[in-house]
Amino acid sequence: MNSVISIYKRELSSYFATPVAYVFIIIFLMLAGVFTFYLGGMYERGQADLQAFFSYLPWLYLFLIPALSMRLWAEERKSGSIELLMTLPISITHAVVGKFLAVWLFIGIALLLTFPLWITVNYLGEPDNPVIFSGYLGAFLMAGAYLAIGSCISAITRNQVIAFVIAVVVCFGFILSGFPLVLDFFKDWLPQIIVNAISSMSFLTHFNSIIKGVIDLRDIIYFVSFIGCWLAANVILVDMKKSD
Amino acid sequence: MIEVQNLCKQFGVFTAVDDISFNVNKGEVLGFLGPNGAGKSTTMKMITGFLAPTEGKVTVCGADVSKEPIEVKKSIGYLPEGAPAYDDMTVDSFLKFIANIRGYHGAEKDKRIENAIQKANLESVIHKTIETLSKGFKRRVGLAQAILHDPPVLVMDEPTDGLDPNQKHEVRLLIKEMATEKAIIISTHILEEVDAICDRAIIISQGKVKFDGTPKELESMSEYHNAIRLTLDGYPSLNAEKLIAELSHVNRVEYDKSGDEKTVYEVFAENATEAAKEISHLAQEQEWLVDELVVQKGRLEDVFRRLTTGEAEGLTHE
Repeated sequence: MNSVISIYKRELSSYFATPVAYVFIIIFLMLAGVFTFYLGGMYERGQADLQAFFSYLPWLYLFLIPALSMRLWAEERKSGSIELLMTLPISITHAVVGKFLAVWLFIGIALLLTFPLWITVNYLGEPDNPVIFSGYLGAFLMAGAYLAIGSCISAITRNQVIAFVIAVVVCFGFILSGFPLVLDFFKDWLPQIIVNAISSMSFLTHFNSIIKGVIDLRDIIYFVSFIGCWLAANVILVDMKKSD
Repeated sequence: MIEVQNLCKQFGVFTAVDDISFNVNKGEVLGFLGPNGAGKSTTMKMITGFLAPTEGKVTVCGADVSKEPIEVKKSIGYLPEGAPAYDDMTVDSFLKFIANIRGYHGAEKDKRIENAIQKANLESVIHKTIETLSKGFKRRVGLAQAILHDPPVLVMDEPTDGLDPNQKHEVRLLIKEMATEKAIIISTHILEEVDAICDRAIIISQGKVKFDGTPKELESMSEYHNAIRLTLDGYPSLNAEKLIAELSHVNRVEYDKSGDEKTVYEVFAENATEAAKEISHLAQEQEWLVDELVVQKGRLEDVFRRLTTGEAEGLTHE
């Protein structure tokens, strides 16, 4: 546990040691505002809720989270510091989990900083605050899922740009698989059970039900096990690729 | 303290390390020599648990690296090649991170960090970020990190590479100072370093051990071991070489490339001291102006080149 915390602290402080953290938070908040008020039409909806914010979040994550995760392992391999890290008395799992938690918490902080949106809807009307809370929970869990993919893919390559691009594509796949357009395409020629399987792999399917205020244990299990699987793959990849 | 048994490492079809075995005991400094790509770093990476061996076994302080990697890593201080570190951290926060991960807290942690900073001479740069440091300082940050937990085993991959002569001297002193209570492995290209700090040298080439013995034994393998170097001022008569060769203890004389206004002969003899006496008599008789008359220890470069270019198969000393 001590080693997980040490890794976690180092990773988190390294984001704040460079402008990465500040740039990320500012861009995230700006885009969140743009999506919510212009594209999401929060005022025009005439409803005191944060649906406009949450429904665009998967697209915002699509580019921002791979940008955060791309350096996690790629940089470590490029600079050779992975040799130092892997010869310290820690297991690879500790290192993977520590790094993951650092970025996940960082995204959590960024999410918390969207609190002016929450204040706004509370000022304008009487929103269903438990639904908003559920939305934030879903947003945080989904961020973990994107991040687990990004972290795992970052271990494949020592080039951060490649890590970014591949992570975006993979995450995009997991968004698309829940999109009605894509599902309709499959519906015509694939058995329903496979279409359901594809749809149930999507972030959107699970996220959409959470932001409506339905905290279903299955959705939470989906995100947690999704994160678990990708991190397990991450551990294996780091072990395989560390000395390449 | 370090036992390496029949270690092999293959990358695909390429054999980087081919059946290497050796032991290092407490109080011993082992110098690992070899041309680039000989398998030095790969062997060190397997000892420190970074790479898994294809075959063979490494035991450090009684623990098997492949079975108890974390125990082994606790007892090793490792300076990887090029001394990688987290470039965006300051020296201070980097060493704090290492101390944290090695499980130190509070006063103990501060004491260990202070000690490492002092030993590696880092006082002047503790608040600088590592990426702004010179190569020499970076290397010393790596050293500080390796000795922070006062490990019984130290493995250092080219610890003096990129340092200036003063820094090299300091690092060598530091290694010597720590040598008594630790088992140390260093790799190096620099042959004089082997003479200066190592109790034992292993030369590897193409993944195989070509030599394992003391630096003295290594020197004695040189052609020039016990050869007499005679340097004369000016240019004596042409038959000087012949006169020397005719002496009873002398086997062979070589005329060396002469320096400025000097003539140099390399004299090979069975009994170097007797031959040296004869030569000095001869010089007096002939009234040569002797600049230098020395019995040489041997040229490590020669031995190194012979051993690593495959001219001397099976010369392993044990």
